[in-house]
Amino acid sequence: MSEPSHLDNDEPLLVAEGLAKNYGPIAACREVSFALYPGEVLAIVGESGSGKSTLLQLLSAQLAPSAGRVSYRMRDGVLRDLAGLGEAERRFLFRTDWGFVHQDPAQGLRMAVSAGANVGERLMAVGWNHYGRTRDTASTWLERVEIDVGRIDDAPKTYSGGMRQRLQIARNLVTEPRLVFMDEPTGGLDVSVQARLLDLMRNLVSELGLAAIVVTHDLAVARLLSHRVMVMKGGRVIETGLTDQVLDDPREPYTQLLVSSILPP
Amino acid sequence: MTAMIELTDAQKTFTMHLQGGVELPVVRGVSFHVGPGECVVLSGPSGAGKSSILKMIFGNYRCDSGRIGIRHRGSVIDLATAEPRQVLSVRRSTIGYVSQFLRAVPRVATIDVVAEPLIVNGVAREEARARAGALLRRLNIPERLWSLPPSTFSGGEQQRVNIARGFISDLPILLLDEPTASLDAANRAVVVELIAEKKTRGVAMVAIVHDDEIRHLIADRIVDVTSFAAAA
Repeated sequence: MSEPSHLDNDEPLLVAEGLAKNYGPIAACREVSFALYPGEVLAIVGESGSGKSTLLQLLSAQLAPSAGRVSYRMRDGVLRDLAGLGEAERRFLFRTDWGFVHQDPAQGLRMAVSAGANVGERLMAVGWNHYGRTRDTASTWLERVEIDVGRIDDAPKTYSGGMRQRLQIARNLVTEPRLVFMDEPTGGLDVSVQARLLDLMRNLVSELGLAAIVVTHDLAVARLLSHRVMVMKGGRVIETGLTDQVLDDPREPYTQLLVSSILPP
Repeated sequence: MTAMIELTDAQKTFTMHLQGGVELPVVRGVSFHVGPGECVVLSGPSGAGKSSILKMIFGNYRCDSGRIGIRHRGSVIDLATAEPRQVLSVRRSTIGYVSQFLRAVPRVATIDVVAEPLIVNGVAREEARARAGALLRRLNIPERLWSLPPSTFSGGEQQRVNIARGFISDLPILLLDEPTASLDAANRAVVVELIAEKKTRGVAMVAIVHDDEIRHLIADRIVDVTSFAAAA
């Protein structure tokens, strides 16, 4: 059978090879290997303690692996080991080419400075120095995440949980990153607020062609946002595949348990 | 003739780990093909595996063994072994699926729900919306509803939105799971017309329909799924 060659043409954005992390005798994460392609959204699901947050930290260079490596395709097109990056390259990733959406917006925002400054700060960090232009761009982004521009000078500590989360997303996306890491982005929000946020994220990801790695324990979030899913248990990836395939036709006992535990809508 | 879909000895079994690992054979030895402009209707009683076969062709259910050959962008790809991103590529540009129920995304207007498959394939938003409107009008969805999300619609209206979304694109393969199930006679007739138009454009279709009259109107060939029943 001839495989269509164009499908293999585009190159992976991020590659994990044999990733492992041990805390003393405890293996928090073992033998994780996969490739993420541009524009692809990958969900990592599993319950608390399954190793999914550790994996996210390994993938985003916040934690050094005990074994294995993570490589990322820099904008020059070359795939480079994250462990070997220089300080300037790391800064470029953290400030520009990557976004990181935390479950708790207080971790990703500066709560006491204005919303406009929270968004503008990422731009100024990459050299924007024109106040008017920075403020205009911040306004545009507040609109995109459905925050009333009249609130631009208010600090996020005066915002509701849903607004804070949307502001955190604006702050991350303003530099046009190619990859966004999200750790339980809808955790702790009301169901109605979650639906709005998910819908917004889904649209932004597809409009901007973003790649994303989303850690969630909520399979509904995985279904709505991701193309592909990895199910983790005991630090290992036990099942992986197309999201609707894994959720509609789960193979592993643990995945079947997770899927069967969802309440019908 | 080059087949658009060619199934060879496809097999599917569910293993229910939560029920003590009981094996639930669904189908085996599934072999048939569908050519361009042809509509093959799967027949057989409920539970015979018709929907499962449709889901296997869409890559929604995994295939345990055998082959599901799909003509995709000029070559043949085996969906039984394809990588997730290849399956996504096939769904984007080759296979459309009209399910029985609309999986509505909250807050998206009906006209955009219908236009989305065209926009994803690079059609300009205005043109996509115009074509979506034309199709919704044909399916008797009043224009005043177009700007509302379909989640508030009746079952029959949602079904028609779903049909519009499924038929709007120019994909060369369409899978139809009971497309006329909850429709009145007038709308059933529209769906029969839409299927006939797809045939003249060379679209290969696999359908499940319980209504004998509709089956008679759309089927070029009937494949009896009972012969693929996996003996338990």
